[in-house]
Amino acid sequence: MLTLTCPYCGIPCDETELAAGGEAHLKRFGPGASDAEFEGYMFHRENPKGVHFERWRHAYGCGKWFLAARHTVTMEVFGTYEAQSTEPPQEVRDRITARHPGWTWRDFA
Amino acid sequence: MSRYSVFAVAREAFRNHTGWQRAWRSPEPKRRYDVVIVGAGGHGLATAYYLGKNHGIRNVAVIEKGWLGGGNTGRNTTIIRSNYLQDPSAAIYEKSRALYENLSQDLNYNVMFSPRGVMMLAQTEHEVRGYRRTAQANALQGVETEFITPERVKELCPIIETRGPRYPVLGALWQPRGGTARHDAVAWGYARKCSEMGMDILQRCEVTGVTTEGGRVTGVTTTRGDIGCGKLGIVVAGHSGHLAAMAGFRLPIESVALQALVSEPIKPCMDVVVMANTVHGYMSQSDKGEMVIGGGADGYNNYTQRGSFHHIEETVRALIETFPMISRLKMLRQWGGIVDMTGDRSPILSKTPVEGIFINCGWGTGGFKAIPGSGWGFAELMAKGESPLCAAFGLERFREGRFVDESVAAGVAH
Ligand SMILES: Cc1cc2nc3c(=O)[nH]c(=O)nc-3n(C[C@H](O)[C@H](O)[C@H](O)COP(=O)(O)OP(=O)(O)OC[C@H]3O[C@@H](n4cnc5c(N)ncnc54)[C@H](O)[C@@H]3O)c2cc1C
Ligand SMILES: [Zn+2]
Repeated sequence: MLTLTCPYCGIPCDETELAAGGEAHLKRFGPGASDAEFEGYMFHRENPKGVHFERWRHAYGCGKWFLAARHTVTMEVFGTYEAQSTEPPQEVRDRITARHPGWTWRDFA
Repeated sequence: MSRYSVFAVAREAFRNHTGWQRAWRSPEPKRRYDVVIVGAGGHGLATAYYLGKNHGIRNVAVIEKGWLGGGNTGRNTTIIRSNYLQDPSAAIYEKSRALYENLSQDLNYNVMFSPRGVMMLAQTEHEVRGYRRTAQANALQGVETEFITPERVKELCPIIETRGPRYPVLGALWQPRGGTARHDAVAWGYARKCSEMGMDILQRCEVTGVTTEGGRVTGVTTTRGDIGCGKLGIVVAGHSGHLAAMAGFRLPIESVALQALVSEPIKPCMDVVVMANTVHGYMSQSDKGEMVIGGGADGYNNYTQRGSFHHIEETVRALIETFPMISRLKMLRQWGGIVDMTGDRSPILSKTPVEGIFINCGWGTGGFKAIPGSGWGFAELMAKGESPLCAAFGLERFREGRFVDESVAAGVAH
């Protein structure tokens, strides 16, 4: 079973305690955006076979949203961090780089 | 390639089965093909077959990173039905179901199509209304379905507990000509015919890149060398996003693991397929006697072909309420496949931003039933640039907000 640490409670949670919320760091587009931008925001997903950034909610705990960096093949978790972050913290990126040199995800590396 | 027939079986019986030939060749890749299909699952192989059969395009390669039929085509629970809601869905799924009726004869390969009937239980008032609506829609579409009473449900499948305390059976959507087929045989049958037409099926050959020139596809790079092509069809289910990234575009697709399991074999006890969408489980009995069970998909992206354990627990717990007699059964095997989910639960059969590249994906949890119809339509799209069967399933529908919403029909994973 997948285990993620809730960054607010600081405790490891089984996936049955959590609700998955899809891709993280989506840039929102609204009125005034081009069709292509809005389509990208609404529908297009990275869906990588590799390092992924995603949203989770500690549904049966504190109830708060947080973000996680995880590998979609090995299920290795590189860290979790608060939902208010606009980009992954350096320490999480460093941990990914140590395991997967040269990784990229959208504009992050 | 010699034909399979009762005479062939008799002839081989007399010579100790020494005369059977390989069902398909294992050729070395050529430098270039008119059409390259990535992915030798059912959809890729069916596309190649109808390209040859209906459109006379035979300089074709189907490239597969593992073994043919080893993806979702060999991992699914083989339910075939066409009782969807929207007209474009009914058209392609019913075309597919109809092709299944004669597929064994067409391919000269026994795919064991068994139109034993598919029943989708209504276990809430909401579902009753939903399925009544579907039955009406199907009547208009010419798809034979019927809303049946709980008494008829019990008659068709006596092992169902129709008066359970939590989820009583209030009726069902019944498609008498739905059923199952042998999944491997579908892939093998198409592969054999493709090979017979002179097409190359290149197994253990992974596509690692897509080459383009001036916005047009020129070929692919693979673990067995570079292969040029005039047109490229990407038909890789869960790996669609991965291939699209190689070609430089993104898709409205997310890949998750979907699981199934089978029990120890028991005596025949159910001769229809039953789906219970409210409790998220479905079951049928294989010819070997195993109960074939499927359930929900993971909630988050992954490529593990394994899935989370708690989904099995949920599925089995739910099914025991509806089928109390399975509570003591031992489960033999469990497995997972990576399914490609779209937001509207409908497939994508489309041109792409790169000229010459076509994509067939998004069948998610329910594309086995669609293999012949999808191959038929997608071959037409690749050969002629348009196909009435595929018209509603283009990528542009997301931008234009023209969804083919099948979230109810696709309710449970199947
Ligand atoms: C547990 C489970 C139960 C299901 N139950 C049902 C059901 O009851 N009824 C139903 O209709 N549908 C069902 N489905 C869905 C159905 O299995 C799929 O929709 C269908 O099989 C998809 O076929 P495909 O040919 O598109 O994909 P696949 O059979 O997955 O074929 C794609 C192929 O592409 C290959 N590939 C990927 N990447 C590359 C690469 N880079 N280079 C070369 N090759 C590559 C893969 O190895 C694979 O063989 C189920 C699925 C699962 C997982
Ligand atoms: Zn918490």
